[in-house]
Amino acid sequence: MAHSGRAAAGDHAPRRGLAGLLVVPAGLWYVGFLIAPLVVLVVMSVGERSPNGGYAPGLTLDQYANLTTRITPLTNTLGLAALNTFICLLVAFPVAYTLALKVRGSWKLVLVALVIVPFWTSFLIRTYAWMTLLGANGIPRIAAWVGFGDVQLLNTPFAVSLGIVYNYLPLMVLPIFVSLERLDRSFLEASRDLGAGPVGTIRQIVLPLAAPGILSGIVLVFIPVMGEYLIPTLLGGGKTYFLGNALADLFLQSRNWPFGSALATVFVVGMVVLVAGYLAVSRRLIWAGRESSLL
Amino acid sequence: MTGVSQVRDGESRSGEAQRGGRDHDLRSAHRAARLERLGDRASWIYTALVFAFLFLPILIVVIYSFNAGRHVTELKGFSTQWYVSAWSDRFLMKALRNSLTIATVTAVLATVMGSASALAMARLRPRLRSLVELLTYVAIIVPGIVIGIATLIFLVTAFDWLNPWLVYLAGGDAPHLGLGTASVIAAHTLFTTAIVTVLVRTRLQGMDRTLVEASEDLYATPWRTFVQVTFPQLLPAIVAGTLLAFTFSFDDFIVAFFTSGQDQTVPIYLFASIRRGVSPQVNAIATVLLAVTILAMLLAGLAYRRGQRRSGSATDTGGASVSAVVATEAAEPTQAPS
Repeated sequence: MAHSGRAAAGDHAPRRGLAGLLVVPAGLWYVGFLIAPLVVLVVMSVGERSPNGGYAPGLTLDQYANLTTRITPLTNTLGLAALNTFICLLVAFPVAYTLALKVRGSWKLVLVALVIVPFWTSFLIRTYAWMTLLGANGIPRIAAWVGFGDVQLLNTPFAVSLGIVYNYLPLMVLPIFVSLERLDRSFLEASRDLGAGPVGTIRQIVLPLAAPGILSGIVLVFIPVMGEYLIPTLLGGGKTYFLGNALADLFLQSRNWPFGSALATVFVVGMVVLVAGYLAVSRRLIWAGRESSLL
Repeated sequence: MTGVSQVRDGESRSGEAQRGGRDHDLRSAHRAARLERLGDRASWIYTALVFAFLFLPILIVVIYSFNAGRHVTELKGFSTQWYVSAWSDRFLMKALRNSLTIATVTAVLATVMGSASALAMARLRPRLRSLVELLTYVAIIVPGIVIGIATLIFLVTAFDWLNPWLVYLAGGDAPHLGLGTASVIAAHTLFTTAIVTVLVRTRLQGMDRTLVEASEDLYATPWRTFVQVTFPQLLPAIVAGTLLAFTFSFDDFIVAFFTSGQDQTVPIYLFASIRRGVSPQVNAIATVLLAVTILAMLLAGLAYRRGQRRSGSATDTGGASVSAVVATEAAEPTQAPS
């Protein structure tokens, strides 16, 4: 009794003062390099563009009103990011499924580690490697040699999709793998014993139980893809426009800082709303899972 | 007799029906088994293809780094000339020094501040804790490009305001504040600190409290409990966080692109040289980076495994290479801010 009392007290009680101070450095860093920059961003977004570029003080919502007329990069990015995230999911799911449920023993760890290896190599180099492969001297030359004629691969939307799937595949495979790995195999056997075919088992057992993993995979891929800059620049030849490219242009080339700030602010707010929604849904999913396992 | 025959009759009749059913069952079971074998084979082939897809580009880069020819099409034989020319490239070496400095300082700062923040969080008042949690998650959620841009405009604004003051206070030889390695470190440390915090906090929450209680019951001071019980259990998460922070910082392009000013980092150098026109030198740099990364992963994996064997604890990953742990933990935004 005395024990449990003390353990419970130990969680919340005394020593609060000193140990709590450990949060100060990180807290100061967040204030100085997260809150302050975001505040400046918002302040700039209600400002005006000075004649020679950059920022002039002001208090106007013009930039946000401009957003509605120059909304193409935003909608474009939303559509492309959603599409590519979906392709990524389609490619990743069977891999995660095979790794989690078909591979046994130590092979599993080796293969999972192998999925991660490309992820740990430089993003830029991975994209550059595809530039070589898709460029005029890569696959198109082989295609021409085989007799497919002139194929343009680099600087197409296809190349952008390929680059995105290639670069973000590990982020999709891993969470799905983790959720499938935890799946109770007796469910699969029960489903088979009850006469469900492989497709029925996947639809009725595997997919619902993998839902939290699929959801985290989607969020993990969708957010960075929205802000993607390198892949569209290097593989899309600037033709496939993402929010990242639009922002880079606005800040580095046309120097329309207030409008860029408004776009960035909308972007951040959108992402935070998205993640909040994801957390709410995933919490419900986890609860649903708990309830169904209680039954 | 008749009774028996009747019974037999009945048996055989029902047996026939059963046999028919069983045949059907057998056939469908057979079909299902065949289908499953087929599905298995298909999923294996598919997975093998995806692995080929993942490694083909990397393989190409490595092969061409040793190619004597200038162009991708001419495989002319083995040569290390691109390594030599990379090594003697003054700008590249400067970029490498910058990158290593930034990544090292970032990793140290993020590890110390992130771990400290994770440890402190349990002892904060609930409202303050939620605030810190919120900030931590926002730091992770905000896309890299926005962090880069926001840091850029913030620092430029701040420097515009500070520099005249410095001149006013210190005269003509006042230091002129500007973008550079330090501003990249500031931005990198922001989101890597948040990542370390999440990793360590997750580990802390999953920790067995009985050991801490046992230690307290044996009259260990809080400090000794921390050093002898808590810290060893947190170490894998801290090491994983350090590695992750270093890699993220070293690999980052987009944040550094906006905040580095005149100082180049390796990714910025690579980006510039790719845009200028592909030089095989890039392949050589890529191969060296790749080799270093894989070596570091193997060493970290070995260390992690040894540490686990010594502590005798079997985690759910069963002593996987540390990278697998890192990536899965990072890939799973585990606890929702409560």
